[in-house]
Formats: sequence, structure tokens, C-alpha cells
Amino acid sequence: MILELAQVQIRDRTDTCESNNGFCPDWIADNFDRYVDPFFQHAYLTVVAVAIGFGISFSLALVAYRRRWLINPVTQVTGILYTVPSIAAFFLLLPITGRGDDTALIALVAYVLLIIFRNVLAGLDNVPEETKDAGRGMGLTDRQLLWRVEVPLALPEIMAGLRIATTTTVGLATLAFFAGAGGLGEQIFSDITFKSNVVVAGGLAVVLAAALDGLILLVQRAITPWTRAVAAR
Amino acid sequence: MDEGGRGPMTTTFAFLGQFGEAIDFIFDEHESPAGGAQVGGLSNMWDLMREHLKLSIEAMAIACGVSIPLGLWLGHIGKGGFLAINASNVGRAVPSLALIAFFVAYVGVGFTNLVLALVLLAIPPILTNTYTAVRQVERDTVDAARGMGMTGFQIVRRVELPLSLPLIFGGIRISAVNVVATATIAPLAGVITLGDPIINVNTYGDEGRLAAALVVALLAVVTEVSLGGVQRMLTPRGLKLTTAGRRRHPFPITRREATS
Amino acid sequence: MRSSRWFALLMLLFVALALGACGGDDDDSGDDNASSSAEQAPTAGIQKNEKNASTKLVIGSKNFTEQKVLGEIYAQALAAAGYEVSTELNLGDEKTALKALEQGDISAYPEYTGTALLSFFGYTADKIPKDGLIAFAKAKEGFAKKDLTAEPITPFVSSNEVAVTKETADKYGLQKISDLSKVADKLTLYGSPECRQRLDCLLGLEQVYGLKFKKFVPVDIALRHEVLTKGQADVSIVFTTDPQNKREGFVLLDDDKGMFPPYNSTLVVRNDVLAKAGPDFDKVVADVSKGLTDEVMQELNARVDLDKKTPEVVAGEYLKEAGFIQ
Repeated sequence: MILELAQVQIRDRTDTCESNNGFCPDWIADNFDRYVDPFFQHAYLTVVAVAIGFGISFSLALVAYRRRWLINPVTQVTGILYTVPSIAAFFLLLPITGRGDDTALIALVAYVLLIIFRNVLAGLDNVPEETKDAGRGMGLTDRQLLWRVEVPLALPEIMAGLRIATTTTVGLATLAFFAGAGGLGEQIFSDITFKSNVVVAGGLAVVLAAALDGLILLVQRAITPWTRAVAAR
Repeated sequence: MDEGGRGPMTTTFAFLGQFGEAIDFIFDEHESPAGGAQVGGLSNMWDLMREHLKLSIEAMAIACGVSIPLGLWLGHIGKGGFLAINASNVGRAVPSLALIAFFVAYVGVGFTNLVLALVLLAIPPILTNTYTAVRQVERDTVDAARGMGMTGFQIVRRVELPLSLPLIFGGIRISAVNVVATATIAPLAGVITLGDPIINVNTYGDEGRLAAALVVALLAVVTEVSLGGVQRMLTPRGLKLTTAGRRRHPFPITRREATS
Repeated sequence: MRSSRWFALLMLLFVALALGACGGDDDDSGDDNASSSAEQAPTAGIQKNEKNASTKLVIGSKNFTEQKVLGEIYAQALAAAGYEVSTELNLGDEKTALKALEQGDISAYPEYTGTALLSFFGYTADKIPKDGLIAFAKAKEGFAKKDLTAEPITPFVSSNEVAVTKETADKYGLQKISDLSKVADKLTLYGSPECRQRLDCLLGLEQVYGLKFKKFVPVDIALRHEVLTKGQADVSIVFTTDPQNKREGFVLLDDDKGMFPPYNSTLVVRNDVLAKAGPDFDKVVADVSKGLTDEVMQELNARVDLDKKTPEVVAGEYLKEAGFIQ
């Protein structure tokens, strides 16, 4: 059977917005679905990394709160993890953990640790001695004191750390595609000279950071009603 | 170059081997996997590091030159707080890759353009910290100085600035580490820094990429530690005692300060 | 206060996303396949063969537009024939791709005859046959020794080209690459980072034409036209089939010393995969490759680079428009 090929449409290209790498609202509207999956992948990486990081460092901070000698070593180690640039971290992990979401998550979690650890400790340390005395006077055990007095009063500081950790992680997760984990950075990288692409992908990252930040703030307002009366920080 | 074995023991040794190869790459020249020329070795690494440092230092110098005077002035007159404090919040929300990409798309590739992008990246922490530091200077001290007949400018220079130095250096420290980290993706904008082996792995090979990652990590840590040391030296003993007093943690990261 | 502003922003975000996710699923190009429950008897189209479903194929490609489009074309065509296909586009340069192929990470990827001869089989630029078919024969021999089969070549040729803007060409009177020898020391060349070491790039220009440029600046392959139009590069290395060449009016200097080898594209497959895949594989690949002329390849590249469509979509368009897929 002889193959009879139909004709491929050869177009006469005029000066379109996208061929000039410009900012093209029409193109963006038509192609927006290209950014949806990366956006959710980005959100997933951020939320999971912050959640795990928070879990680890919150626990560490509670332990270090009682055993003060732990503070220095933990701060040093998490400090180094914090300082190593994420892109270097992705590649340092590659030989050990391979390409994929897990490698990215490990690096992102490592980054979050110092921020949360420091803030939880600072929050707990800032609880006024008088309040604690009053609590003890009321007959609260150490454990009850911790969970009913100290942690709630430390919440503003803790939440502040959480917000900072989250916005920074969104930024770092932009580089996660280097570890094979996708995200909005992959979109940016795919056409770095195309203004529409850069603005939308970058813009979505900023929106994600702002949205998560706002979400945490809402949660903070909800669980610390006594701070609402206080003037804005 | 690439080990075959897949068992847990071989995997452990395999990655050690790769790190060993990476360290070897730093010191000895290898033939490029793309063929034709030599890569690696101390002189190659030094060329990349030199470009990396040049970019970072230039950006930091300009950023300090802009943010510190601005922060001092705004802090002194007590205006522009919203801008100065939220600069860091906004800055933190913009990913460095997005910033670089924005510049490449709108301004173009090249050293100068990249310096500009990095300056924008470096300003927020320095500005916020400078402003916050000046605001935290005791009002009494400033009033006393004014009472002694000092002009505004003298107050800034002789009272507010020295007392603010530790926090300002905290901001510089944070910015410097950010800039050094971001200079790693500079090759995307046409400036060949230590990030080149990471981004263009074809030319340098897997060992080259790992070697560059190690060097970048080391550079960032050195920057952090040395500037941290300077910051500690600049903190007057009195200040150290009050902030360290009674279980209060030295450098909490609060929303108010935003960066420390 | 601030919280309500953030809340509004959040709501706006969710609404925008919901709209985007729901609204963006429609086909962009007008598609008249809406109603096809009963399958029409395919004329020249690819026939789906149930027997192929047990064969898993991984199609790879290197990391620039043309390669991704080719990879997608083969992947989608083979999927239409009933194979189970996945893709690994964006592998890197040819050495990385070959390594992936030899290790079995991928089943096949499209390579260029000239590249294979230069990078894999040790040919120097002057020894490479100028005739496309002979070059292919030599490449096929080389691949056979590696237990790989090189499928029939495409009609289109995609070579490296030395490009300058029209202004530069007029200013220095440049028509062929040898013309550069008088002025190269005043000019800056921009190329991919591997260009320095490649015989079909800067290394070859230095060896064959004796050119010594004032400066070589490595940039990402994606920026190869940008640097010319923005005036940063005097000379840049581009590909024959780049749609930007015609658009920006670049002058592609004539390769008078025949430095650049012929670059027809050939799909290189592992022999063990080929054996398992059966006769349909060869037929589909050969048929699909036949339609890829210079003009068509340029058009497809233009749809990705200029119209900003994804390689996946463009490959599908090619297969539909050429009649392979209904």
C-alpha cells in the first residue's frame, strides 16, 4: 500500500505577540492549563516539606527547651543545612537518593529546620516567668504547663516562623526541578526568554507564597483569639 | 565512571566513590565528556569561583550602598516603616529563579543585567534590618544626643549607626548567602560561575557537577561563618549581655524584625 | 485588615485556578473529530495492532525543540500502533542520550547522522562523507556494532549554521564562513557550552577555517537567537531548521570548506527492543519519517518556538495533518 501523505499546513507567520516573546494575555488565557499541574506540584512540595520540617523541629525544640545543652549543637547543624544553597543540596543528594520528589523534599525539609527550631525556642523562652509561676501555683504539672500555657503563649512566634519557612520554601521549590521534582521552576526554565511564560510561572509562585502565608495568618488569628485585641504587629 | 551494582552495600560505596571522583575533579583536569577539551582542575575551578565572587561582591556592594543609607535615614526619621519592613516579606516571596528569568526576558543576558537582578535580591534583608535596628535604638539615647546639640546627621553617624551595626551585619550576612547561592544559576543569564558545571553537566560530567555543588556549598558556609564572626565582633559586649539575658534567645526571627 | 485582604486574594486565586483548570481543557486548534464513535476505515493512517500492547517502549530525545518534537512524533505514532509508550525527553546532549540508550533506560531516540559520526564513531570533520545517504550508511554500520539499529533517515537536514545579523553581514561583507577570517578577531561568538569542544562547532571552526574569535561566550542553547537580536553576539551558532532564522533575517554563512557534516535524523533503536516489537515498529517509523521534509520540520519547530505550543501538541498536529492519525 503506497502511503499517500496529506499536506501539512505550512503557515505564513505574521508578527504575533508570542513569536516576539512578548507578554500576551490571549496566549496566557489559552495556555493557562499548562501551569496548573506544576502549580499543584509546587504546592505539594512546599506543604509537605514544611509539615515534615515543622514536625521534626517542633519536637526538637520541645526537647531542647528542657535540655538546654542541646540548643547549641542543634542550632549549629540546622544552621549549616540552612546555609547550603538549595541547588547545591539537590545535587549533593542526587548520588544518594536519586532523582525525584524525595530528594527535593529532603533538601527542602533541611532548610526549614533552623527557622522553626529557633522560633519555637524563642517563643517558649519569651513566656513571662510570672505567668509560669501563676500556672505552677494553680497546680499545673510541667506537662500541663507546657501545653496549656507555654506553647499557646509562644504561638505568635511559632506562627511567624512558620510563615517565613513557608514563603522561603516556595522560593526554594522553584529549583526543585533540578532534582527531578517538577514544579513551577520547570516551566520558567522551559522558555526563559518568553515574557508571558516567565511572568505567569513566576507570578503563580508569588501568588502561592502569598496564599499560603495568608492561610497561616488566618489559622493564627483563629487559634490565638487573644492576640486579635492587640494592635497589629 | 558510572558504577553498575545495585545492592545496598554497593550503593553506599558507589556514592562515596562519586564524591571521591568529585574531589578529584577539583584538583585534576579531566577530558570533557563532550570531547575535545579539558575541564576541571584548580585553574578551571578558580576561574569559575572568581567570576562567582566578582558577581556576588559587586552586587553586595551596590546593595549595601543603596539600602544602608536609605535604612538609616528612614529609621532616623521614623517614616517608611511599612516599606522597609515588608520589603523582606515581599522579597522572600519572589523566587530567585523567577527574578533571574524576569531579567533575562525583559532586560537581557549579561553580567551587568545579572548584577542588577542580584542587587534587587540583596536589598530587602539589609534594608529591613537597618531600619529595624535604628528604630530599636533607645529613644532616650537619641534625645540625650540631641540635647547635647548634635545635628540629625551626627546623631545617625555617632549614635544610631554604631548601635545598629550588629543587626545591619545580620542583614548583610543573610543577603550575602542568598546572593552567593543565586549566583549559582547565573549561567542561565550568560555569566559563567560555579553553577556552570551544575547546569551544563554535559560539558563537565557528573563528577564536575558534584564537585561544583560541593564548592558552592562550602563557599556559602564560609560566607555565613565569616560574616557571622564579624557580626559577633561588632556586637558590643553590653548588648550581648542584655539580649542574652535570662533565657531570652539571642536572635529570634520575628515578624517584626523579619530577618536576623 | 490584612487578614481580609489575604482572604480575598486566596479566594481570587482559587477561582482563577478553578476557571483555568476547567476552561483550559479544550483543544486549541479547530478539531473536527468531535463525533467519531464509529471508526472510519483508516486509509493511509496507522493501524492499531493489539499484539503490540505487550511491548513497552521508552522514547527519549535530547534537550532542544526539534528533538522533543521528533521524540513526541515517534512516541505518539507508536502509541497509535498499539504499543505501550512512555517518553524521556530532555536527556541532555548526544553522549548522555547514547549512554541512556546503551544502558537500556530508553528504547530509542532520534540522532543525527553527522553528530553520530563526529561524536561516537571518531570521524574527523574532513573524513565525513558529504552525501547524506553514504553518511547514513556509515553511521548505521557504527551503530550496528553497538547492537543498535539506525532506522531510515528523514528527508530534512538540520545542520549547525554560523549566523550573523544582516547588519553585520553587510558591514563586513560576509557571505561564507571563510570571509570571517579577516574580521573574526573583532567579533564575539556565542554558542552552547559544549561548542568549545565540538568539531562541528567552535573547535571545528578553529581547526578547519583557522578562525580566532575575539571572545567566545557560552550561553544556553535556548538563547542562541536572543543574543543575536539583542546585539550581544556578533556571531551565533544556530540550526538550519530554526524558524527564527527567517523571521529575524539572519544571514547563514555558507560552509565553503564543507566543515559541517550532513545531519539527517535517524531513530536509533536497541536491537532487543526491535526484535520484541515486531514488524509494525519499522513500518510506523519509516512512514512517519517520510513526511518530515525541510519545510515541514521548520513549520513544526515554528509552532513550538514561535506559536509557543508544546512539542506534544505539535507532534499530534503533524500526525493528524499528514494523515497518520484520524
